[in-house]
Amino acid sequence: MSWLMIALPLLGAFILLVFNRFTNRWGHLLGVVMSLASFAVAVLAFVELLGLGEDQRRQAVTLYEFIPSMKLNMGLLVDPLSISFALLITGVGSLIHIYSIGYMSHDPDRRRFFSYLNLFVAAMLLLVLSDNYVGLFIGWEGVGLASYLLIGFWQFKPSAAVAAKKAFVVNRVGDFGLLVGMFVIWTSFGSLAFKDLGAEQIGTASNGTLTAIGLLLLLGACGKSAQLPLQSWLLDAMEGPTPVSALIHAATMVTAGVYLVVRSGVFFEASDVASLVVTIVGVATLLAGAIIGCAKDDIKKGLAGSTMSQIGYMMLGAGLGPAGYAFAIAHLIAHGFFKADMFLGAGSVMHGMNDEVDMRKYGGLRKYMPVTFATFIVGYLAIIGFPFLSGFYTKDGIIETAMEHGAWMGWLAVLGAGITGFYMSRMIFMTFFGEKRWDKDAHPHESPSVMTVPLILLSIGSIVLGYFLIMDNRLMHFLAPAVGMPEHVPVPHLFSTTTVGLSTLALVAVGAAIAWMKYGRAQVPAVQPRGSFLTTFARRDLYGDALNESLFMRPGQWLTRIAVYFDNRGIDGLVNGLAAGIGGSSGRLRRLQTGFARTYALSILIGAALLTGALLLVGNI
Amino acid sequence: MTTHYLILSGLLFAIGAMGVLIRRNAIVVFMCVELMLNACNLAFVTFARQVGNLEGQIIAFFVMVVAAAEVVVGLAIIVTIFRTRRSASVDDANLLKY
Repeated sequence: MSWLMIALPLLGAFILLVFNRFTNRWGHLLGVVMSLASFAVAVLAFVELLGLGEDQRRQAVTLYEFIPSMKLNMGLLVDPLSISFALLITGVGSLIHIYSIGYMSHDPDRRRFFSYLNLFVAAMLLLVLSDNYVGLFIGWEGVGLASYLLIGFWQFKPSAAVAAKKAFVVNRVGDFGLLVGMFVIWTSFGSLAFKDLGAEQIGTASNGTLTAIGLLLLLGACGKSAQLPLQSWLLDAMEGPTPVSALIHAATMVTAGVYLVVRSGVFFEASDVASLVVTIVGVATLLAGAIIGCAKDDIKKGLAGSTMSQIGYMMLGAGLGPAGYAFAIAHLIAHGFFKADMFLGAGSVMHGMNDEVDMRKYGGLRKYMPVTFATFIVGYLAIIGFPFLSGFYTKDGIIETAMEHGAWMGWLAVLGAGITGFYMSRMIFMTFFGEKRWDKDAHPHESPSVMTVPLILLSIGSIVLGYFLIMDNRLMHFLAPAVGMPEHVPVPHLFSTTTVGLSTLALVAVGAAIAWMKYGRAQVPAVQPRGSFLTTFARRDLYGDALNESLFMRPGQWLTRIAVYFDNRGIDGLVNGLAAGIGGSSGRLRRLQTGFARTYALSILIGAALLTGALLLVGNI
Repeated sequence: MTTHYLILSGLLFAIGAMGVLIRRNAIVVFMCVELMLNACNLAFVTFARQVGNLEGQIIAFFVMVVAAAEVVVGLAIIVTIFRTRRSASVDDANLLKY
């Protein structure tokens, strides 16, 4: 029955795309219904799974034989890990579907938008529910396609079209890694099904093979999850409509990389190098994203930097083995809620401010948008790790686990939390506090309830989920059948008083205080000041694009130029030269034909004489 | 004995060939061609006598027949060219070239 989860939204997308404008009037409702129905199926499957004993919580469903010669079946695997994702995708996805009814109400293409959203939900569910890498890859490409279509949804804007193309191209690099990783798995173990790739089955492989598989899969994860060095597409992806940013580029799709790493945990656990690289990538990205978030004036890009940073935390957790998996997934779920909450809040602000995204033109909005403000504040407190909210438990769990593995990564993660405190507070102060810096024609107003109700539900999730998932190690025990339990189980506290926990809180407070001094108490200039070297560095995404351009784009252009030159001059030159040579020499040879009959007669005579002479020389005829 | 005939034949052929190469008047060139053909005939007949069979003489007859036919066609062409161009020089009729 779990296949219905995928089939329903797929059917929705199919109907909306095939019947096109005939569904314009009710298309958005169909989209919402399909998403909600999928959520209902997911809840049923979840309840069913809870009813089973722990050792039976891996329900494999074979749908049909996909590639018989490879013994590859198209099947679904309902286990605690996949059902957690399915609940997040369909739950948050449904709320965002509902929100989009209001947000996209003035868009003439709303039906197409919903068809893509449904397509995305179906592909994402296929990604997480598939019981083998091939199915996962099909879903992986499906979400990439949906992401491409939705980033470029307003394709009449050149910037959106370019951003969509960029996301697609960068993701291809990651997909290359995933594909080659799958090839290596297939040649080494002869199967791509998760059930054939347990710790015992892969134990025979050499360390080098396992490391190669781990690093290749990590490359795929980096592309999809916008981790260094493939991070550059995520900030540009904010060109898409805001619900897309919330659903795909914050809550679900970008976390697929974390899913891949956790799902392929056996390879990373078997290779120290690969898991170390995962943690390094995570730490580097969580800092890079946080630094970028500090300098952005575009509210969505600020949130995108924050998303990068938070996924960096998850990646760090996923690189720490079974102890980190539960915290990574818990943070992923909590992040899905509070980041979707804040993205939709930002969308609500934009909705009221004529689609203005520059925070320097906001200010003092808390009185005009009370619900948006309240829900945004909840998301904000959750992400900075304010005590007792979601982020407090999940992020702290990752930091504590990292600290056990290596002090350097732990303290860098703490530093990242401090920077998070700064840039998120900056966002709050610039948007909701201070004096008004609006454009003249701005009339901010609260959004309709179809948009605020999802915000409220998401903010409730942002408050309670962390506590619910972490207390008593609930998620860790739930996930254990899928990913295993750590050797020593951490003991969660309601309020941890360790040095690490307290210093994290202190650093976050310092960050928030600095933000208050610079953006709360002081006046925010309505025009972006030039800023220091560091600000420019962060504004330009740490020169990531410049690096890509100088390292890959320019040499690529040179290479094509050289190839074109060689083609024009070398190959064409050879062919054209040969033809010209033959043409020229035959033109000269033609001159022999003078038209004087006596000349011909002479040449006949000479020829005959030569022939006779030759015959005489050779001897008898 | 036959040597003298062959030398005569070679001389006649050389005279004809030089005439073809040197003279411009189409009629004279034509006559020189006839001279060359008849030099060949002489050689054929000489050899036929020496060897003692008829084949060489038969070929000489064939050559004469072909030469007669050739005279008909060739003179007709020369007369036509003369009528249109008012000249019988072979060098003037040089349009058929590169």
